[in-house]
Parts: sequence; structure tokens; C-alpha cells
Amino acid sequence: MPDSLVSPSKTMEASYVVDDRENGLFRVNRKVFLDEDVLNLERERIFSRCWLFIGHASELPDPNDFVTRNVGGKEMIFNRDRKGNFHAFLNTCPHRGAMVERQESGNSLGFKCFYHGWAFNNNGNYATRHEKGVYPEDFNQDGCANLVPVKLEQYRDFFFVNFDEAAEPLESYLADSKQIFDIIGDHSPNGMEVVGGAQKYSIRANWKLLMENSYDGYHALDTHETYFKYLTEAIGGPAEMPTVTNVMDLKNGHASIEGDAPWGRPVAKWIPAWGEKAKAEVEEIRREVESRVGKERAERVCRLGRNTGIFPNLVINDIMAITIRTFYPVAPGVMNVTAWALGVKGESREFRKRRLDNFLEFLGPGGFATPDDVEALESAHRGYAAYQLAPWNDISRGLSRPESEPFKADDEEQMRCFWREWDRRMGGE
Amino acid sequence: MLDEWRLGEWLALFTEDAVYEVPRAGADETADSAEDLFYIADNYFRLGHRVKRMLDKAAHAEWPRSVQSHMISNVRIKGSDEEGVHVSCRFITHRAKNEIVDTYAGHHNYILRTVDGKLRIASKRTFIASDSLRDQGKVTIIL
Repeated sequence: MPDSLVSPSKTMEASYVVDDRENGLFRVNRKVFLDEDVLNLERERIFSRCWLFIGHASELPDPNDFVTRNVGGKEMIFNRDRKGNFHAFLNTCPHRGAMVERQESGNSLGFKCFYHGWAFNNNGNYATRHEKGVYPEDFNQDGCANLVPVKLEQYRDFFFVNFDEAAEPLESYLADSKQIFDIIGDHSPNGMEVVGGAQKYSIRANWKLLMENSYDGYHALDTHETYFKYLTEAIGGPAEMPTVTNVMDLKNGHASIEGDAPWGRPVAKWIPAWGEKAKAEVEEIRREVESRVGKERAERVCRLGRNTGIFPNLVINDIMAITIRTFYPVAPGVMNVTAWALGVKGESREFRKRRLDNFLEFLGPGGFATPDDVEALESAHRGYAAYQLAPWNDISRGLSRPESEPFKADDEEQMRCFWREWDRRMGGE
Repeated sequence: MLDEWRLGEWLALFTEDAVYEVPRAGADETADSAEDLFYIADNYFRLGHRVKRMLDKAAHAEWPRSVQSHMISNVRIKGSDEEGVHVSCRFITHRAKNEIVDTYAGHHNYILRTVDGKLRIASKRTFIASDSLRDQGKVTIIL
């Protein structure tokens, strides 16, 4: 096994982030969205060193289950062995490189490369018999013929990988963002599960723009005007805007905005459009949550929602439904997005349908909102081609508030949390 | 009609209890919008809003409007039951916007019913023959 999968790095030429708190100005140079060298440095300093989301425990309910997916630009297997232990391996044959598993998911005692037939147990160990004499007697004593394992840790049911052997433990990396996973855990005593597969799409824009957009409380009314028109009709009254907004710097580049919103929440905020039967069900869910976590916390779990960014590329939006999305740059101007829906284990068919309807009304490639975000990101990215003449993005909103005054969700502090961490890591501290 | 953005007339082809669904690319015919994550799972109310939205200048993904071309072939009447007549066909739809052409291919399953002497669509399910939307990125038109 290699000491580290991280290659040595060079330094970034100039600082692209201007954090001028004295004058209330925060700016990001648009070159960071276009430049190949910046992307190469991000691959070294961010994607090869940060904890990256690989999957949710519910995707592998039984021993020998596996899924394959691309994480941080690398083909990976996320699986459980015969004993039920979780593993993450690079999905590349140690012999000549072909992928040892090409199905998206399944249940298998081992993996076999189709190219030359090398086989592996599902704990990664080489399991091939060769005729005597073709390899040295002590072949694989150093593990050179095993699948390459990658550091894998979990918090609650969320699993993350890290390609840097020297990385800090996941829990210290997640810092104060652990509370976001805890709140989702509090939705149900039965646990949460990924529902019905992933949406895989792409956006012709730089990956960092989706991070900004995913917790941008400022854009909603303009970008999503047609969604709010729909919501007004669907809920049978005006879509009232938030009365509570909290901005949380969750440390290490993680941040979240929290608030109430006009839409219904499966756990557990009823809207009249769902009907009287659903009202009783939602009230029962709310009572159960209150009895388990207390009234005050139940208010946070049930009524308030959160848009959270876990540095560098995991979004957990617990809004009208819960979506987990992660994205990775194929090129400076193209990202691949993978999005999942999370639901309560064991919820009724009717409730699950309502949850998925809530999801699709806003989220995803056919939703009433996400495609307009995508259009905005792609439009911005096209604008950046003129970066030499129009070099700066402004992310100053709210920065000049006095310290005694908390930030609001339509400020841009959450994005500044991301950019400060991005700058710190890219500067090589 | 869809090519010409005559969406109001298109919506009038549907019954008032109609569904319009687009499961995830690669999903099979058994895909169920109460269990699986789709791209679109509209009832008549949401479909009506989808049309309204597409015609709204604030639907930024479709403004300025994309140029579309729908091609249908291999139309087959598969049978009929109490739900109506089951019809399937293959499609290739092109959508052009921002100087990029997206291609969607697959098949539609329709259930057609006669209401007040007129043929209406009670169900349209669109299956995209692909394993992702990496190429197109979105489904912002009616396929």
C-alpha cells in the first residue's frame, strides 16, 4: 500500500481572494473558474487532501453489497465484505489498470478483472492462482497485487474517503458541521436512507459556482420567481418569506444557512395542500420528534430548514425534501453532479410519494428551480471569459455589518467561509 | 405542437387526472414515482404549472426559448384495458440553446382514453435511453 496518494505540489502564483474586512469588501478573482493550473492545484491540494463524500450506509444494507462511483476524479468501489465491514478501494486492477467492477451496484463475494482475470476477495485481497514459476515465490508479500484501499471514515451514516494518508480524522475535519448530520439523524428513530437512486447530470460551469449557489440565500426570489409562483398556487396562499434566518460558520470551510420557509416539510411541517389526513400524520411525526429530542430542538428539526456546504464539494440541503449532492470538475468549465434524495426509513408509501414530489418540484434536472440555477451558473461562467477586463466577483454582502449584528441568510458570509478555506488550502498553509 | 411552443393546446390533450412522468435515465418500465427518484413526476396540477412556467420569461432555463425538434417513430398499439389504449413509440428530441444542441432519445408509453368523444392522454411516461444526463444536464422541455 502506498504511503500517500497525494503528489507533491507547487505554489499558487497570486492570491485570488481579497478579504478586506476593514473596508467591508470581499472579492474573488474570476480566473479561479477558468484556469487549468488552478484546477490542477485544486486536484492536489483540495481533492487529494480533503475528506470527500463517497456514500451513505443505507446504500449497502447487507454484507457483500457494493456500489461503484467516481469520487474526486477517481473510480472507486464502496463495499462491505463478508463480515459486513465497510471498505473503499480504487476501482483499478493492480495488474494493468482495468476496472475490476463495472456494474453500478450489486452483491458480490469478490471482484474479477475482465482483462486478464485477476480476482480479489471483497476485502481487497488478491485471490488468483497462477501456475508455478510465472511470478516470484513471495509475490504479493508487499500487497502489490491487492486492490488499493483508501482511507474511509464515517460520521453517523455518511461515509467519506481521503486520499491523503496523513489526513486529520474525519470528525475533527467536520468540526462544527457534525451538528447538521446530527439534526438529520434526529428526523427519525428508525434512521435515514437514500431513496430510489441518483440523479446524474452535468453543468457547464466551474464546480465552485455550485457550492456558492447551493447556500445562496440572496438569489432565491429572482432566480426562482417561477417556483414561488407555483408554490403560491400549491399552498393556496402567499408564499411568506422567512422570519428566522441563521448563518452558521461551521469551521474548516463548512457553513450553513438556516431558516423557516413557506413550503411543507415531510418531517414535519404541514401545509393545507396536503389535506386533513396528512395533517394528522405530520402532527404525529412532530409529536414523536418532540418526545425524543425535546420541544426546542424539534422546532429546529421540523420547522426550520438548512442549506449546508461541507468543504469542498458536499451539499446537504434539508429544505422541502433532503438532497445530498456532490460534484467534481471534469474541466474548469464542466462539472459532473450526482444528487440523491434522503428519506426516513420505513415511512409510508403515501408519505414517500409526498417527499419525492416535494423534491421534484424544486430540485433536480426537471425541477422548477434547479434548471434555473444551472442556467445562472452557466451564464456566469460564460461571462468570466472576459476576466481580464472584468476580473472580480463581489461577495461582500453583509461583510460591513457591525460585529454585534448577526449575519443574515441573504448575506454572503457562508460563501466567504468557503472561499477563506479554499484560499488557505490553495496557498498551501 | 411542442416544436412550435403551442403548449396550451398540448396540455388540453390531457385528461384532468393525467400523469406525466420522466423516470431517471436508464430506469425500466416498472419505475414507480412513489419509490424511485425521477426527474419529473407531474400530476395534472403540476403539469399545468410546468406549461405555465415554460411560457414565463422568468423560467430562465427556457428563456430565450430553446429551439426544439421532436421526431416520433415505431408507433405501436400494445392493447387496451379499463385504463385505456396503451400505445408506445420511440422518440428523438433535439433541443438547441446557447449554441449547444442536446439530444434525447428513448421511448414514450401513452395511455389514451376517449373523453366526450375526443381522444385524450391519461398517462405519458417518457423513458430516456441513456444511463445518465451528463450530456444534456437537464430536462427543461417536454420530451
